[in-house]
Amino acid sequence: MKIAVVVNGERREADVWEGESLLFALRERMGLPGSKNACEQGECGSCSVLLDGELVCACLVLAAQADGHEVVTVEGLGRGERLHPVQEAFVEAGAVQCGFCTPGLVVAVADLLERAPSPSDDEIREALSGNLCRCTGYAKIFDAVRLAAERVR
Amino acid sequence: MGGGGVSAPARTLPLGRVGESLRRVDGIPKTTGEFAYSSDLQAAGMLWGHTLRSPHAHARIVEIDISDALTVPGVHAVLTHEDVPGAKRYGLEFADQPVLAFGCVRYFGEPVALVAAEHPEQARRAAERIRVEYEPLVPVVDAERAIEHDPIHPEQWTQGHGYRSDPRPNVLRSMVIRHGDPDAEGDVSVTGVYEVGMQDQAFLGPESGLAVPDGEGGVDIYVATQWLHVDRDQVAPCLNLPKEQVRIHLAGVGGAFGGREDLSMQVHGALLALHADRPVKMVYNREESFVGHIHRHPARITAEHRANRDGKLVCVRMHILLDGGAYASSSTAVTSNAASFAAGPYAVANALIESTCVYTNNPPCGAMRGFGAVQTCFAAEAQMDKLAAALGMDAVELRLRNALAPGDVLPTGQRVTGSLPTAEVIRRCAELPVPPPEELPRDPLRLPGGAGNTTRGEGVRRGVGFAVGFKNLCYSEGFDDYCAARVRLFEDGRAEVHCAAAEVGQGVTNVILQVARTELDTDDVVLAPHTTASVDSAGSASASRMTWMAAGAVQAACRAALEERERRGGGEVDVERIYRHPRTTPLDPETGQITGERAHVAFAVAAMRVVAEVDVELGLTRVVWIGTAQDVGRAVNPQAVYGQIEGGTAQGLGLALMEEIQTREGRIANASFTDYLIPTALDMPPVDAVLVEDPEPDAPYGVKGVGEPPTVVSTAAVVSALRAATGGELARVPVKADEIVGL
Repeated sequence: MKIAVVVNGERREADVWEGESLLFALRERMGLPGSKNACEQGECGSCSVLLDGELVCACLVLAAQADGHEVVTVEGLGRGERLHPVQEAFVEAGAVQCGFCTPGLVVAVADLLERAPSPSDDEIREALSGNLCRCTGYAKIFDAVRLAAERVR
Repeated sequence: MGGGGVSAPARTLPLGRVGESLRRVDGIPKTTGEFAYSSDLQAAGMLWGHTLRSPHAHARIVEIDISDALTVPGVHAVLTHEDVPGAKRYGLEFADQPVLAFGCVRYFGEPVALVAAEHPEQARRAAERIRVEYEPLVPVVDAERAIEHDPIHPEQWTQGHGYRSDPRPNVLRSMVIRHGDPDAEGDVSVTGVYEVGMQDQAFLGPESGLAVPDGEGGVDIYVATQWLHVDRDQVAPCLNLPKEQVRIHLAGVGGAFGGREDLSMQVHGALLALHADRPVKMVYNREESFVGHIHRHPARITAEHRANRDGKLVCVRMHILLDGGAYASSSTAVTSNAASFAAGPYAVANALIESTCVYTNNPPCGAMRGFGAVQTCFAAEAQMDKLAAALGMDAVELRLRNALAPGDVLPTGQRVTGSLPTAEVIRRCAELPVPPPEELPRDPLRLPGGAGNTTRGEGVRRGVGFAVGFKNLCYSEGFDDYCAARVRLFEDGRAEVHCAAAEVGQGVTNVILQVARTELDTDDVVLAPHTTASVDSAGSASASRMTWMAAGAVQAACRAALEERERRGGGEVDVERIYRHPRTTPLDPETGQITGERAHVAFAVAAMRVVAEVDVELGLTRVVWIGTAQDVGRAVNPQAVYGQIEGGTAQGLGLALMEEIQTREGRIANASFTDYLIPTALDMPPVDAVLVEDPEPDAPYGVKGVGEPPTVVSTAAVVSALRAATGGELARVPVKADEIVGL
């Protein structure tokens, strides 16, 4: 079936199989592999995107459900060559190792800081508890969130 | 910064030399989504590969009928073992594992057939229509009784390689370390039986890759792996191709932790691609990933520690049983490592350590961060706590009294010649201030179990634990691997470095560039793509060896390139150099004693103090704080070293509290992140880490690998704190709620 989705501000059309997830459509049909395929069952947050401004796991949304909606992926967070402050903070704080969780975390943190510009440490931990990271032990991710929050403020 | 809401572009990176904290070279593309992981690749005309796997842990294959699957629309290839043109088996160290099962299947999830189709769903559906007739056999699932069963591998692949001869059925390797007088008695003796569950690497990037036929009979494989050249050396014989026609290129690696040492889709993807004459992409889903790679060996360990009243260890006796699962992978080395570090970083004159690994029909086990030392550290450190209690001595003091130092002799007879600041590491860790107890009532998020705790904390108890972890660096027992690096200096002053060291997230790319900038005294250095096509082997990104080996190779190649340019009086130069660590020799197969100067290259030690809370009514836990000091030789990139310590600690905490592959008659019952839990942001406490820099004399710049020691020590340290909080024995990890409650 044909779908049309506004992805990162641009209208995109794709011909998808009915059973395909939004994640698969983004990665394999729209050339946007930034959203990651770590568990594909809504447990790890690696595929976090904004669907009409709501943080969702793209693996749990059918591509067909996104028809007519707006999606922002990690590729759409920065402005051209300018990194989003969250992206910059992740690099600076050493919050990136293998990086497979990073795109999902970056989207989740950007969303958190939109809602709560000065999150407490406990708020950060709770907000990111749906994003698994296997490399960092999260410490530098928390550092990155605090650094980004300072800059966004 | 700040104020405007959007910060300045950070597309350029500060250029660092050895010893400076340096942002990751790949950091920006990894945050923007541009970094290409192995599952992100595409090629024109690409097909999707899928693997049909065994639903049985042990069965005879009566017949495989692919005719129905071939009729599924979109299908371009359906392959079985009959389509493997070369060697039918492969393996990291012993070729005991079929590319595709023939005759029988030996574990749940063993690959049986392959499909390539235009859409991944077509491939999955076609695979469902392959008719495999199995005759189920009784699976060997109890490691303790494996030697009573018929051999799973009558060929005894691992026997006769210089190991102790052990004709018992299903013994993969057995070894004995006999040192001094194993019957020596002390004033006190403590014993225990410990168990470690099967842990999974649970890297987030699933096994995946792209195989592209080159049109001349050869193939290019883009894959996430830990050792490009050893992959090639296994893949080429199976494809019946010369090595030159199989080029393996490193695609982005989404974590490894040992789980990418063995092949996953490499041969399968290449077979499909060559058969269909189209590029083929394969991407495991999470369930397939859990069955598609090896795990950490489950262990059952019986230990006895004997000591005198003054706390000095007299004798350590340990019996270690490891479940290797259905294929050998790196089990023989894990068996040896478990034995070699069983006594921990303590001087003990007498020891008897028996370590046995058996084949079973459980999931195959192999390398995972810590590699045998995790299991024995858990037992040995529990024993040290028990001994301290029996002696009425402070647990830290007991460890200091026995701390291994340069000049001391290990149970293998090897004298420690390099850096090993055990006492310093213990002292520095013990000095870290422990946070004061938190008052009740408090936000449930800060109670054991977090939001799941519905009490006011009436059952909360707090405990402080301590442990020390010990492991070798680099490969051992005569496996004298090497690392190559190639350096090109151009006339305009640019330099290009080639090194096949796998960047798995640990940051070796930065290490290579920092070394090259330091040696060449220029910032104008680029790293060429990691591939088998342009440079010799780098060896494996494992065994805490890659920083040491890559630094050595790049240093040597840079120096040779500068010399060559000097000799020629300028112009472009291109040199490749091989670096080797000090040679090791095997352990004596009967006594486990060294046969030369050393069986292990070098050592590293880490101490850890943990504050934990438990809820003794609900069985819930909360790790409050972790302090650690680690022997790091010299930190090439301190920020990355702290990152390794924090991340490695999280994996050990996971094993202590929640991580276990559960099997029922050999079948994995929890192959998902819903049922196999790894630590989340709510589970990890702050980690205060101290780097103890005592340069390793045999290593370039004095570096030591830093990835494994935190994982080795943290399981033991977390459980030590839980014991202090509960007073329970807690002899098995992961610790279950029932044991916290005391049921």
